[in-house]
Amino acid sequence: MNIVACIKQVPDTEALIKVKADGSGIDEGGIKWVMNPYDEYGVEEALKLKEANGGEVTVVSLGPARIMETIRTALAMGADKGVHVTIDEADAYNTAAALAAAIKEINPDVVFCGQRAIDDDSGQVGSALAELLGMPQITIITGFEVADGKVKAVKPIEGAQLVIESSMPCVVTAQKGLNEPRYASLPGIMKAKRKPVDVKDVAALGISVEPKAKIVRMTPPPERAPGKIIEGDDPAAKAAELVKLLREEAKVI
Amino acid sequence: MAKGVWIVAEHRDGALRNVSFEIASVARKLADELGEEVCAVLVGSGVEGLAPELGKYGVDKTYVADDAMFADYTTDAYSEAVAKVVKENDASILLLASSVQGKDLSSRLVGKLATGMASDCTDVKIADGKLLAIRPMYAGKCFGEIVIESYPQMASLRPKVFPIVENAKAGAVVKFDAGIAADALKTKVLETQKDSSGKVDLTEADIIVSGGRGMKGADEYKVIEELADLLGAAVGASRAAVDAGWRPQSDQVGQTGKVVSPNLYIACGISGAIQHLAGMSSSKYIVAINKDSEAPIFTKADYGVVDDLFKIVPEVTAAAKKIL
Repeated sequence: MNIVACIKQVPDTEALIKVKADGSGIDEGGIKWVMNPYDEYGVEEALKLKEANGGEVTVVSLGPARIMETIRTALAMGADKGVHVTIDEADAYNTAAALAAAIKEINPDVVFCGQRAIDDDSGQVGSALAELLGMPQITIITGFEVADGKVKAVKPIEGAQLVIESSMPCVVTAQKGLNEPRYASLPGIMKAKRKPVDVKDVAALGISVEPKAKIVRMTPPPERAPGKIIEGDDPAAKAAELVKLLREEAKVI
Repeated sequence: MAKGVWIVAEHRDGALRNVSFEIASVARKLADELGEEVCAVLVGSGVEGLAPELGKYGVDKTYVADDAMFADYTTDAYSEAVAKVVKENDASILLLASSVQGKDLSSRLVGKLATGMASDCTDVKIADGKLLAIRPMYAGKCFGEIVIESYPQMASLRPKVFPIVENAKAGAVVKFDAGIAADALKTKVLETQKDSSGKVDLTEADIIVSGGRGMKGADEYKVIEELADLLGAAVGASRAAVDAGWRPQSDQVGQTGKVVSPNLYIACGISGAIQHLAGMSSSKYIVAINKDSEAPIFTKADYGVVDDLFKIVPEVTAAAKKIL
């Protein structure tokens, strides 16, 4: 089976994010870069699928030179080869278009993506990619299996969960709960160094870098007005005061 | 030239969902500023009768594709239908809810319509005749202001953030044929397993009572559940509590859990790690109950009580019982 997992390098969840003074973007100084957590679930599921059915896992990623480290991490987990599309920045549509151009050549049976990246939090790339590849999609899934040449996936929705079937090839996007991603083993890390990574420039793929969704400005989050601390020693009195404020001032209960 | 503010109306079990009225209300406001119409797209089976209700919230015209093939939401069928009518009418702005279905549909439409979208917005306005969308990024550690350079200018709106405003318009129904061959569809819903607990979903709850590391164990959630039951609230949890196995994954609020915007969020024994704040800081009112006066959650709280949650929460339940 021919399997693709798309991965993105993002700032670690604990990273402090500072907006540049001119609002043009974030200050990348001091940031620890990691694989997007949702993409880890995608890589893990891709590896499990390969282990069950045989085949090959290719990881595809888009970004500047620093993302090679994250591609190596996926190779150390067990992926067979990598594709690095070099680009400094891309909006969701251009990212999907560049991934689609790179993935078409691989002709995959299943493409795994994370349900969203935790940096821009857009959650658009998996579905836009599916459309541009002309494949069906099942997004934000917590269960995955292949049987009789079809994909069956579990998708939680508000107050229920769905079991959805799709023909192959298809794109699925991984949600937390799908699996427990493995750690790279030491032999895995050694092997990863010798695995092939194909580096392609985005221009060579014929993809525009003009964003359709343009960030005109970034700002720090709005400050919330300082709250009221309810003082006192008696828990019952403090609780009564809180309930009174919620009822009479906030009017939310 | 592209014109009109368009929305995709969402429905489930034979009724329009509240998010549909939220986005209709926003669309009306934007359309009035532009002097344009609000058009809705309603795709489903047996849904034509729902269309007039959208008029109540400012929709001038609803384009309805009513067919048995739309009985279940599937990405391929719905996205094809919406793309067709939106393209034919050269929509200027297209809004969807950033609900589970809206996330799936809107992002497929980004590919289909070859356009840009601002996801999960907490504010949208018109600036220089164009859509200006404001949205949290990096888990709310910063905000981005987004302009869409292509048409339709798409945005998905975070549920429960935007108020529902009544503003009666014609709500005229225009039927359209999506022209989809049933055998072109590649996905189908095999099964819908309803959550049997009958509890309101976190993303739809008006009130959430949430517990974190300070809960100390699974059984201790009883104090939170009692308060939640009394208030008609949903129970949430921090990542620490979910990772400890005290609560299911579906209860997790935060960067790798659910993003919620209730009217009231009561955080009990939650320190307020940035990844938790990412999931709940667009709540209208936040209450923090925590022993540690230095906990970051207090910087976000409208009301704070520095004390042991096991002393305070039962007293809150008792005090609320007296007035509710």
